[in-house]
Amino acid sequence: MTNHELTWLPNLINSVERKSQRESYGKTLVRLGEDQRVVVLDADLSTSTHTSMFGNKFKERFFNMGISENNMIGVAAGLASTGLIPFASSFAVFATGRDYDFVRQSVCYSNQNVKIVATHAGLTVGEDGATHQMIEDLGLMSGLPNMTVISPADAPETEGAVEFLYEFRGPAYMRLSREKVPVVHQDKNFQFKKLEVLKDGDDVTIIATGIMVYAAMVAADYLKHKGLDVAVLNASTIKPIDSETILKYARKTGLIITSEEHNIINGLGSRVSEIVSENYPSVVIRHGVPDVFGESGSAWELMDKYMLNPLGIVRKIEQGLEVRKK
Amino acid sequence: MEQLGDISLLKDKAKEIRKLILLMTFNAKSGHPGGSLSATDIITYLYFRELRIDPKRPDWDDRDRFVLSKGHASPALYAALALRGFFPVEKLFTFRKINSELQGHVVNHIPGVDATGGSLGQGLSNAIGMALSGLIRKKDYRVFAMIGDGESQEGSIWEAAMSAAHYKLSNLIVFLDRNMIQLDGFTENIMSLGDLEMKFSSFGWKTRTINGHDFYEIHDAVEWAKEEIGPKMIIAKTVKGKGVSFMENNPEYHGKPVPNQELLNKAIEEIERE
Repeated sequence: MTNHELTWLPNLINSVERKSQRESYGKTLVRLGEDQRVVVLDADLSTSTHTSMFGNKFKERFFNMGISENNMIGVAAGLASTGLIPFASSFAVFATGRDYDFVRQSVCYSNQNVKIVATHAGLTVGEDGATHQMIEDLGLMSGLPNMTVISPADAPETEGAVEFLYEFRGPAYMRLSREKVPVVHQDKNFQFKKLEVLKDGDDVTIIATGIMVYAAMVAADYLKHKGLDVAVLNASTIKPIDSETILKYARKTGLIITSEEHNIINGLGSRVSEIVSENYPSVVIRHGVPDVFGESGSAWELMDKYMLNPLGIVRKIEQGLEVRKK
Repeated sequence: MEQLGDISLLKDKAKEIRKLILLMTFNAKSGHPGGSLSATDIITYLYFRELRIDPKRPDWDDRDRFVLSKGHASPALYAALALRGFFPVEKLFTFRKINSELQGHVVNHIPGVDATGGSLGQGLSNAIGMALSGLIRKKDYRVFAMIGDGESQEGSIWEAAMSAAHYKLSNLIVFLDRNMIQLDGFTENIMSLGDLEMKFSSFGWKTRTINGHDFYEIHDAVEWAKEEIGPKMIIAKTVKGKGVSFMENNPEYHGKPVPNQELLNKAIEEIERE
């Protein structure tokens, strides 16, 4: 493999099976809709978030709130207070940024059983540009008491995660991608809180979330040929975080690389660093969007430009190995 | 239409609530007496005349809801809930104190409090969610809410207003406590609200303006609202600090209790004399 083959375009991205997380969300909602308690809200993006699938089948339990995201969250909280199970959807930038105060007071502080499922997270939003590329959502939502934060790696895991959210009682946020995401899982298996060990290894650990899980697998595969035994862990639950497994791998490999399609501040990397520095100080290198806003471009061009690709992870591992040496 | 009949009970309860508002905020050395006193008569009417509620079952699914969107008027609601038997009156004197359930702003963890309020412009949306739920589950409970006039400067109030009309929420009856004062001064000087009845009416609500301190007018408005189709907004003209001469129409008492025992005695005397 050459470095060129570690970038998304064109060799890598065209060679893998990719599936839509939001479609998976929409389909699963339709299945769960047989339960009369399930209600769905959207803010004029239902054909993008795919909540329209639910809306077409269960008209009386689907509420399009128009372009009024604050009201959508407030109404969802009111619905939840009566025992219904609302799923509220919009793009991540609106559902968390614009809605922060509503999520904080009406949902989290009030401890209402509202599931906020946001699509179009991260740079892979693409051509719409930085206004729509939400890279702060994990931080915003993780900082809220009572909140659970989910970030599935692919479409099959999304299905499992939606089923989990339906059963789970309490405020929750889930982020999904606009782009079709490389498939990592064979089935819908989602394990709440537990870091999923996709590949074990002794030398270095990558903890990745969302679309970066696949990139981590490619990076690990590449490094195997270079004689490095890399473990890959899927962090599909960002909060509560699985401290036990993080520390196990900190002890085992002494070097953790976190990788996320999110700002390096306040995301998965920050959470892992906190756990490690408090319990077993060792090297953590954060890979993510380097505290800058995105821009227009195709999803995969952007991911390459900002090095959110396997090559970017390899570079961070090289950096980490140097730091660990000292 | 049902006649209101004797209002001496309502008058007594309102007096008790007003006294408790003054005592609670004095005891807490903080709080919002002005907007609590302006809201008192409506809250009294709802809790002692109108709401189908059961203090023994605060989570009863078929109960009427009341959302105090202007959550800083918490003393008025807490006092009403205590007098109605949701919790002991003594508990009111833990208001705003450490380890007390009675938070500075209303929170739904408290028995009888249906929604959290504090950050303004959210409660109306919460109430709409409750009303929508009643509609799709074919429940006959009603959802009452109260918003402030200052609160109506929040954009989300108008998002909510649009949606209540869109979903034709006949089970939603909202009071707007039009006391003309907000923290920094008079509403029309800070950010003029203009004709709120016209605004809500053009948003598709059935509207009416009343004297928010007259039980007969409150009663007539509620009886009217129960019959009308769609969401109802009752603009209640009120007096901030109502019942205490030196607090009335005085922006200073938006977020400040009576400062000393002497003035407290005077205030309570005035309320009793009323």
